[in-house]
Amino acid sequence: MSDDLKILEDVANSEYKWGFVSNIESDNAPKGLNEDIVRFISAKKNEPEWLLEYRLKAFRHWQTMTEPVWPNVTYPKVDFQDIIYYSAPKPKVQLDSLDDLDPEIKATFDKLGISLEEQKRLANVAVDAVIDSVSVKTTFRETLLEKGIIFSSFSEAVHEHPELVKKYLGSVVPYTDNFYAALNAAVFSDGSFCYIPKGVRCPMELSTYFRINSAGTGQFERTLIIADEGSYVSYLEGCTAPMRDENQLHAAVVEIVSHAEAQVKYSTVQNWYPGDKEGKGGIFNFVTKRGICLGNKSKISWTQVETGSAVTWKYPSVILKGDNSVGEFYSVAVTNNMQQADTGTKMIHIGKNTSSTIISKGISGGRSHNSYRGLVKINKSADNARNFSQCDSLLLGDQCGAHTFPYLEVSNKSAKVEHEATTSKVGEDQIFYCNQRGISTEDAVGLIVNGYCKEVFNQLPMEFAVEAQKLLAISLEGSVG
Amino acid sequence: MSTLQETKNKILTSAVFENWVNASPRVNAFAATIQEAAHSFLSQGIPTTKHEEWKYTNVTRLAQTPFEISANINTLTAAAIANEKVTADAIVVVIENGIINHAASNLSDLPQGLMIGSIHDMLENAEVKKHFLQHADYKTEPFVALNTATLSDAVCILAAANVEVDTPIQLMIVNTSTEANVYIPIRVLVVADKNSAIQVTETFSSTGNNASTFVNAVIEVMVADNAKVNYVKLQDESENTTHINYHRVAMARDSYQHLTTLSLGGGLIRNNLNIRLGDVNCTAYLNGLTLARNNQLVDHHTVVDHAMPHCYSNELYKNLIDDQAQGVFNGKIFVRKDAQKTNAFQSNKNLLLSDDATMNAKPQLEIFADDVKCSHGATTGQLDDESLFYLRARGIGEDAARALLNHAFAAEVMEGIAHEGVKEKMLDILNEKLK
Repeated sequence: MSDDLKILEDVANSEYKWGFVSNIESDNAPKGLNEDIVRFISAKKNEPEWLLEYRLKAFRHWQTMTEPVWPNVTYPKVDFQDIIYYSAPKPKVQLDSLDDLDPEIKATFDKLGISLEEQKRLANVAVDAVIDSVSVKTTFRETLLEKGIIFSSFSEAVHEHPELVKKYLGSVVPYTDNFYAALNAAVFSDGSFCYIPKGVRCPMELSTYFRINSAGTGQFERTLIIADEGSYVSYLEGCTAPMRDENQLHAAVVEIVSHAEAQVKYSTVQNWYPGDKEGKGGIFNFVTKRGICLGNKSKISWTQVETGSAVTWKYPSVILKGDNSVGEFYSVAVTNNMQQADTGTKMIHIGKNTSSTIISKGISGGRSHNSYRGLVKINKSADNARNFSQCDSLLLGDQCGAHTFPYLEVSNKSAKVEHEATTSKVGEDQIFYCNQRGISTEDAVGLIVNGYCKEVFNQLPMEFAVEAQKLLAISLEGSVG
Repeated sequence: MSTLQETKNKILTSAVFENWVNASPRVNAFAATIQEAAHSFLSQGIPTTKHEEWKYTNVTRLAQTPFEISANINTLTAAAIANEKVTADAIVVVIENGIINHAASNLSDLPQGLMIGSIHDMLENAEVKKHFLQHADYKTEPFVALNTATLSDAVCILAAANVEVDTPIQLMIVNTSTEANVYIPIRVLVVADKNSAIQVTETFSSTGNNASTFVNAVIEVMVADNAKVNYVKLQDESENTTHINYHRVAMARDSYQHLTTLSLGGGLIRNNLNIRLGDVNCTAYLNGLTLARNNQLVDHHTVVDHAMPHCYSNELYKNLIDDQAQGVFNGKIFVRKDAQKTNAFQSNKNLLLSDDATMNAKPQLEIFADDVKCSHGATTGQLDDESLFYLRARGIGEDAARALLNHAFAAEVMEGIAHEGVKEKMLDILNEKLK
């Protein structure tokens, strides 16, 4: 036990590695939220009338809603009037090449270890980087355009492809969906937009990096991915934020539309600032992510590695509307110190022969709480639907908690739904086995935890898998080498 | 919601309630609790589907029905109930429309150390004084509050220290009412003192053409150090019955409890089982079986609360849902901060037998201790085509083959029943239902 305690102490003492503030001048909106702010954001972005109308409708609806209290998390109430809803880095000029990028921003990415230069040359990844609220740079645009793939910031897409944005915006997550989705719809500042035309296989990974930089700001980005018939895209998303004492709000919306025989793979490595070991500061990560398999044989796969944020509240979901469509959810959620995570997925089976897989691994240490909350709903129309869910929890201390709230709603007799969950700690015999072979307890815990998460890491694109493993190591620093 | 208010007033001001609180000087000891529960019910009201615990089960129509207490009591005789006994030698307490029917019961020749009777005759008993109305929480459970506020009679079963009784004790709860909209409150207190062992079977049934009955039962079971309680709950009532059952077990050191719930008939059945493993080295089993047909709704909510270390719990719930019926299962396992070395297991298996059947399952684990082994599994599906083909290839007709497979599925739950006689009787009832 004493070893365990030591490890836990070390874990508690580990520090957030991405806690720097970039000294970039930014162009802020005044604090607070009212119709004028919504108009201000819309005007700043030079948006067409229909989008402003959409925002205002969302805002008015949001005013009628109350904050949800059902998640298994406790946190100080967010004062929505004390947030800056728009913060753009200055100078805001259209950039044509990386050389035009503000050197400070470039340095930020270098510190993040995702040097755009390097990524561009080596990793063959097209990056759309969003700092605070504005998309700073999209790489590889031209290369992608040759194939007809549109990959741009959301604001650009509004101007360049209004018909697509208009058609799909809010089609998967309507602004009436929930409190934070409504808030996002009213004040979203930027984000990424991606359209893969019929039959095109996107030749490289597309990636977005989000970073909250300014103090007192919230980040409300919106991602819209449309995969037309028979196309394929793999999309990555990474997030970091500087260390600050106050809590910052991140309320994003991701919408995915997958047409017949299209495949979308969405991977997230979420590493927002989790607050210090006393639970001070950190990001509130209240995110709505949902995809719809519109056509036959389409597929959406979510993979997430959640190591950051003070409070996470996130359920990447798939609506399996097309026959034979497939939904997948692979998740590793690590909470440490005072972090709280309430995360999981929803699989809504509507089409025939649809199948879904849920693999969720929760790891809690310190005084953290980790909840899995998932819904598998088999509608009456979903003949021969199939679901397999597995959610395991690993406890690394006697002061943390692991919770499982699966909902299985089945209204079709030909459906097969299986759910299993286990909770355990790292086995003393396993550690002993490693010790015996000259592996220190610390390394042994790392080995076991990594092995425990392997099923999920295997789903990540290679570069990301390496990063995820490193992140896991840092999140559990002291126990993992 | 004026109708809700009216209903409350109707139930709370009914003659029986008034008699209990005001007329009988013997119940002064509990008058304060009863009043408090009445106020608690008024403030909680009937839960709606917005309430997470009642998400899948809509009981709001209870608030729109003006229920009355049945005037029909003491119509049953010992001869009339002979066939309903779980075993020929069973010790039977007949509760007719909520009131003990002494004539039909056989309580005259009880084994040494076993006391069974009405609360009215046992108010001076120290155990009764200590435990009666003390364990089921009326502050958070509206139907416990309503039950406490409206009870007119209660059965107490007390096993003294070191007493082991092998003969099954049967609580035969019969609804013989003929009026419409009858409300039947049932209250049971079971105390198994140190090193004692008892078998209790509670059977709910209804006779005649009773229309729209609301049965509200609260059972409190104390299992003292090293005591052993085997408990079977059989619910087989008319489809006009709404049955809400709250069963609370408080377990002491080294104790053992085995609880089997068989929900085989009724309109709407809601079971709230709450097992607290309150000291070290407790062992708890919870088994449940549902056969739901037509428009029935059967809802099992269970809470297994591991408060102390070195305990074991195992839960197995099986549901067979046919026609337009709905099944609900919510199994919560709590492992408290200090409950190290806990082993807690839960399994929920559901068969959907028709296109219109629905099953909503929510197994739930909440763990606050690290050195534990906990797991739950839940599956929902239909009968395996290959098994069916296997049987049909051997000349067994489709209906017979299905019945056989359903029986095999359901019988696993019965296997846990400790008393052979009771098990046989329950299997007979099941076979009759599955035909």
